Amino acid sequence: MIEATFVTFLVGLLGATLRVATPLLFATIGELYTERSGVLNLGIEGIMFLGAFVGFAIAAKSAEAELAGYLWLGLGGAIVVGLIMGLLMAFFSVTLGVNQHVAGLGITLLSTGLALFGFRMIFGQSSVLPSIEPFAQLSIFGDLPILGPIFEQYLLTYVAFIVLLPLAWWLLYRTNYGLELRSVGENPEAADAAGVNVFRVRYITLALGAALMAIGGAFLSLAQLGAFSPGIIAGRGWVCIALVIFAKWDPIRAMWGALLFGGVFALQLRLQLLDLVDIPFEFFLALPYLVTIAALALAGRNVAYPGAYLKAYRRE
Amino acid sequence: MDRPNAIEMRHIYKRFGSLVASDHVNFTLRQGEIHALLGENGAGKTTLMRILYGLYHADSGEIVVNGQAAEIKSPKDAIAVGIGMVTQHFALVPPLTVTENIILGYTDGFQINLNEAHRRVAEASDKFGIPVEPKALVKDLSVGQRQRVEILKALYRNANVLIMDEPTAVLVPQEVEQLFESLERLRRQGLSVIFISHKLNEVMTITDRVTVLRLGQNAGTVETQSTSPPELARMMVGRETFGVTKTAGKPSQGKIVLELAQVAALDNKGLPALKNITLQVRAGEILGLAGVSGNGQTELAQVLDGTRLVTAGQIKVLNHDITNVGPEKVMAAGVGRIPEDRHESVVAELSVAQNMALEHLDEFTRQGVLNKKTLLEHAKKLIAEYQIKASPGDKIRTLSGGNMQKVILARVLERNPQVIIVAQPTRGLDVGATEYVRGKLLEQRRKGAAILLISEDLDEILELADTIAVIYEGEIMDILPAAAAETERLGLLMSGVKADKVGA
Repeated sequence: MIEATFVTFLVGLLGATLRVATPLLFATIGELYTERSGVLNLGIEGIMFLGAFVGFAIAAKSAEAELAGYLWLGLGGAIVVGLIMGLLMAFFSVTLGVNQHVAGLGITLLSTGLALFGFRMIFGQSSVLPSIEPFAQLSIFGDLPILGPIFEQYLLTYVAFIVLLPLAWWLLYRTNYGLELRSVGENPEAADAAGVNVFRVRYITLALGAALMAIGGAFLSLAQLGAFSPGIIAGRGWVCIALVIFAKWDPIRAMWGALLFGGVFALQLRLQLLDLVDIPFEFFLALPYLVTIAALALAGRNVAYPGAYLKAYRRE
Repeated sequence: MDRPNAIEMRHIYKRFGSLVASDHVNFTLRQGEIHALLGENGAGKTTLMRILYGLYHADSGEIVVNGQAAEIKSPKDAIAVGIGMVTQHFALVPPLTVTENIILGYTDGFQINLNEAHRRVAEASDKFGIPVEPKALVKDLSVGQRQRVEILKALYRNANVLIMDEPTAVLVPQEVEQLFESLERLRRQGLSVIFISHKLNEVMTITDRVTVLRLGQNAGTVETQSTSPPELARMMVGRETFGVTKTAGKPSQGKIVLELAQVAALDNKGLPALKNITLQVRAGEILGLAGVSGNGQTELAQVLDGTRLVTAGQIKVLNHDITNVGPEKVMAAGVGRIPEDRHESVVAELSVAQNMALEHLDEFTRQGVLNKKTLLEHAKKLIAEYQIKASPGDKIRTLSGGNMQKVILARVLERNPQVIIVAQPTRGLDVGATEYVRGKLLEQRRKGAAILLISEDLDEILELADTIAVIYEGEIMDILPAAAAETERLGLLMSGVKADKVGA
């Protein structure tokens, strides 16, 4: 009897882990690609937030107009706004060559401000948060005994783990673009001398990376919550920055990092429900972040940063 | 000898701010020749070649490749017309494999077939006779191996003109020999080579023709066979004098001043960098420490000036133990240091006068307040004495390398140190400044200082040292009097071949 409860608990936990890890995986891969090109994009938190907002706003308005694929329109909108923010970051860090910390934080402030402003403009101030009917969970192996619930996931979760992850690995290590990307981030002078257009590779990568961050944000508003609130991202962008270092800039390790955070997050939700005496629920809320810091402290020492990390490239 | 020209550069003009780096230079490269571009540092050799390779853009002038006007705006354009360049600081990406580095920017299609790429690189390696290991990571390769990767990279792109920017600066003599053999073979296969150098003997050995640049201008092109080192030297510097002479090499009988006994130390990664180093330097002696860079020289210099901890052994100056006492006490014991990286031994944003006082500020303060007047007088005196082209108030970063080195030299030598630890003192300096620095070191030797000269420039060590020690992977391979040191023997020692095998 106890065993059965435990199995149910474990299965639920695993399912939730994958769900929580999905937006992190999108955004972490986005940041990982960006950093591999030699640019740190601290705009990630804001871009996720803006992606969540734009996705939600477009979906909500499209739903009002009774458009069938309103969620997909929202997702598309989030991707577009992500691309734009990525290009803006590229303009600052690649073309102008300004300090990447400042440019990135500027993007986060700008994106956050835009999203909050847009939210107020479109939805006004109401006591009830506006909501939409979110993406439904697929149950591909739903009738599988015991393990079935693990596979009850959103399409985007399947996309993240089965499409995005292998694609990110293949693109990075087995294609021309990936080779150029890695060399641009390690030694742009060498890449330039070999005939690689450093600026173009960085522009493309920053745009793609930011689009992935925006998808990560939109997943929260369009799938997991079906709503948008000012606290929706809750520092997940900063967690992704840490996960990239934890991952040592490798997509597969990034997946383990996202799963670790997702696992602890899912676990703390369940621990809160257990109603343990005397431990305030804020402690549980903080737990995933603490684990991230601990994991980073253990795995992130003596890591080899990309050679051109934080450096703008200038031909003399 | 009338072959068509591979490259013609006509009236190339380029200025950086107020500096004219290339002043209407004409340069012609024939097909199938090795052509040296000779000149002092700052003469415009590298600038001219960077223009040819598309890394710089000329303000005016034209480039003709195989009889056709070529517009070279980027390395990509240069590669397209068959020009390859091996730069001084290798343009390689260390974490990538040899194959990845070679095919970078030169692949077709989107996906890379790694097996196919390995095969093609191996094929090219065979075809051009340049051995490389396709799957090795570049970061694991020696400098000589990396250079081969660079050459193969250019040839893989079908280069028929190869620019080599001071290719021998980083190599041990045996590697230089190998390189020359490869170049000679490639030349017979039809490759044209531009060989940038400031070493006369190399130029005499390997090239067919020499073009000398001086102050951004073409000082003349000559056939190597019909010229001589003194003539080339005169063309380079515009005057005949060349080199400093050491007063005859009788081994110093002075007392032992600096003594290292079984010294060991770790590098920044915590790995052993120095093992069991035992050295003695006498008064009036220059001990030259030869070795390929990265074999513990940097750590040894740091151990001696007190900025790195010794893990075993003992360092003594005139029988005073100075092991691990810290830089201040080391200096007080009479040790002067002229570090490897001159930019690290000055504070760029401070003035010449302030930098000159930096190592003994206490002498310029009254109750903790700097006395500007003494500071200024002190600076004026040294500037005059050491012929430094700067005024006391100039920020040190505005000085040329030679003048910056003179400031450091003045700061150290005015205190008449008994021991001088000097590392790479003439790296990046032009002939005039080099001569000056070496002259000063010899002057200190005459005055009875014990000098440890750490240099990767073997010619410098052969020219200055009385005794030569060779370091390899943190160990002293051998110590021998300069008179007995032949280049070949030193080269073997520098590449780790033990003394007992050398004689065989």
